[in-house]
Amino acid sequence: MTQASAPLLAARASQFDDTEQQRGASALGMWVFIATEVLFFGVLFAGYTIGRLRFPEAFAAGGRRTDLLLGSIETGILLSSSCLAALAVRDVQLGGRRSSPWLLLGTAALGAAFLVMHGFEYHSEYEEALIPGLRYHPSGDPPHAMAIFFCLYYFITGFHSLHVAIGVALLSRLAVKAWQGAFSPDYIAPVEVTALYWHLVDIVWIFVYPAVYLVGRSS
Amino acid sequence: MSSTDPGIAAPSYLTAGEPGLAGWLLTHDHKRIGILYAVGITFFFLLGGIAAAMIRINLIEPQGALMSAETYNKAFTFHGVVMVWFFLIPSIPATLGNFLLPLMIGARDVAFPRLNLFSWYLYVGGGLFTIGALLLGGVDTGWTFYTPFSTLFSNSHVVLAVVGVFVVGFSSILTGLNFIVTVHTMRATGMHWFRLPLFVWAMYATSLVMVLATPVLAMTLSLIALERLLGVGIFDPALGGDPLLFQHFFWFYSHPAVYIMVLPAMGVVSELITCGVRRQIFGYRFMAWSMLAIAVIGFMVWGHHMFVAGQSMYAGIVFSILSFVVAVPSAIKVFNWVATLYKGTIDFHAPMLYALGFIGLFMLGGLTGLFLAATALDVNLTDTYFVVAHFHYIMVGGAVMAYLGGIHFWWPKITGRLYPEGPARFAAILMFFGFNLTFFPQYLLGYFGMPRRYHAYPEPFQWLNVLSSAGASILALAYVMPLCYLGWSLVRGRAAGPNPWRATGLEWTVPSPPPKENFALPPVVSEGPYRYRP
Ligand code: HEM
Ligand SMILES: [Cu+2]
Repeated sequence: MTQASAPLLAARASQFDDTEQQRGASALGMWVFIATEVLFFGVLFAGYTIGRLRFPEAFAAGGRRTDLLLGSIETGILLSSSCLAALAVRDVQLGGRRSSPWLLLGTAALGAAFLVMHGFEYHSEYEEALIPGLRYHPSGDPPHAMAIFFCLYYFITGFHSLHVAIGVALLSRLAVKAWQGAFSPDYIAPVEVTALYWHLVDIVWIFVYPAVYLVGRSS
Repeated sequence: MSSTDPGIAAPSYLTAGEPGLAGWLLTHDHKRIGILYAVGITFFFLLGGIAAAMIRINLIEPQGALMSAETYNKAFTFHGVVMVWFFLIPSIPATLGNFLLPLMIGARDVAFPRLNLFSWYLYVGGGLFTIGALLLGGVDTGWTFYTPFSTLFSNSHVVLAVVGVFVVGFSSILTGLNFIVTVHTMRATGMHWFRLPLFVWAMYATSLVMVLATPVLAMTLSLIALERLLGVGIFDPALGGDPLLFQHFFWFYSHPAVYIMVLPAMGVVSELITCGVRRQIFGYRFMAWSMLAIAVIGFMVWGHHMFVAGQSMYAGIVFSILSFVVAVPSAIKVFNWVATLYKGTIDFHAPMLYALGFIGLFMLGGLTGLFLAATALDVNLTDTYFVVAHFHYIMVGGAVMAYLGGIHFWWPKITGRLYPEGPARFAAILMFFGFNLTFFPQYLLGYFGMPRRYHAYPEPFQWLNVLSSAGASILALAYVMPLCYLGWSLVRGRAAGPNPWRATGLEWTVPSPPPKENFALPPVVSEGPYRYRP
């Protein structure tokens, strides 16, 4: 990840002829990376779908034990953070220097808030003994099926949170650089590429939220 | 920048830059990284080869000459894991691809050089995990890690091995990403898509598969590790999981992966043949499109590995038909190579011998693939030595032959030295015979019903197994030979000059070995890659 948006220091890395070529390469690199991410998450969602088809009752029951309130707040937080990221890109594009560091910092802060809230969720699930392999009291029918739900839930949200954490690190670094005045309309690739990544993280969550928190409660 | 002035001979990539080991281990130069990969790959080829030798020695006697059943399982698993993921998948793309891709498109480097070096470290790191699993006692699941055996029953070091494969998976994803971006954005002026050498097309198609298939493998392997560690049954039927789901995921990656192994070989062979007969490739656009077609259709045939695993009959029929379809673009390529050779004056130097060997062996492997894709036949042949022979004809007879052919062809460019032609031709021919003696008997064994992955077998199969093992020893000799004379040529070989083959690609316009910056001035391209007679 950090590598794909690598040339943060030099405005133009020596393998490129000009910054335009470099910008195109960074953007395409991120799009290809996003394509691989779709497949990474795709496997997990496919596993989830198959499990749900096999055990609709247990998956619905599992979904009802998640924390709807926290999940919804987290959704709101991520969506607004993506908005800030987009505004940061716009600011740099228009040549502004003043607000982009704060916008980037705000995006990172919202990402961090998301992580903290998810930590609380995991904690209360631990209390309720809903973590297979760590602390789990089988319930539901058949008893193993809800464990499959929770296993996938942790894998999907955990993998997603890992992405959020990486994003927070990248965004904080960008905020510092932007503060130092590193970016301009001629050198915008790192901001653009990181924002793209952040939107991906957001979009994945838009699938996670209904699949995990909502469908079990639909009826 | 001053070193790029024309006229002043720039120091070669071997001498320029940081001296010593650090200059190699921290390099961002695609050429040096290619060499780093070559070292790693050769090492793993030797490791996998040792396991293969153990397997063949064991099978000389019907009751097993060398190993217990458990050890035998670990030997073939280790062989498969190492050869597939640590040797063959990175082989051509990571060595020749890294070295040649920027040169062939007229670029100074790949788009993300640091990422490129990072990929190599991932490759080495993944390798260490796998070697760790080996040292601790090995894995016995087969390279396919089928559940529920791998998650519930096997008490070998599955998690370590799986982590190793997971990590190298990232290395191949990042290499693929790098190549795709490089081909899209770094081509020289005038180098439009249909002026790209077919080797570049092959790298491009391969990269697409690497990038789109490998994530599925990575996640599937993580699920296996999770299932083993947490005792949750995503794939394990006893806990409510679905073992067929594992096979679907696994082959969704692993069938396309066979094209990761063979597409680069097709690219290499296209270069060797055109230069060896000094003719333009017959049907350039067909060649380019058929590679993309293989990459795309290759994603739709995975179910042919599951005909007897319990998928529905209708799925079986569809996958069978699609498997026939994917053979069409492969056949187009074979016909076009043959048409290129037709009425040509063939120069039988070593690279050409390898290329011709590739065509013959790939054809046998591909045609027997069609046997296996016919469901009625596959019910009899699946899980027998027929399958083993099928994929070895393609992977070893095809891909490894092409890899070695490519290494010989570009050796003068890479090292600046000529290899000795006599021993090289002898090794190529020996390899062809050794290979056929090893694997043709396995077609017969499979056809007669010998199942794969057993350490012992009934008496009547012995003579064919002995033939196969005899062939394997010849093959081993033929593989060791290049190591010796190529090593010798590093020290004693005659200087090659920029273009010993009088070939027409961009990579031959720069000195051998190339300077660090590749081109003194950015090249401008106005013609196609094969400027031989039509
Ligand atoms: C011409 C197109 C091809 C067709 C139609 C084809 C067909 C098949 C079929 C039907 C099987 C399953 C046999 C069974 O398990 O009963 C199979 C197995 C296999 N094929 Fe192919 N194949 C083709 C090309 C390739 C290529 C290009 C490679 C490698 C570079 C390859 C490597 C393999 C491997 C590794 C297996 C065995 C996997 C295992 O069970 O361990 N095939 N092939
Ligand atoms: Cu296949």
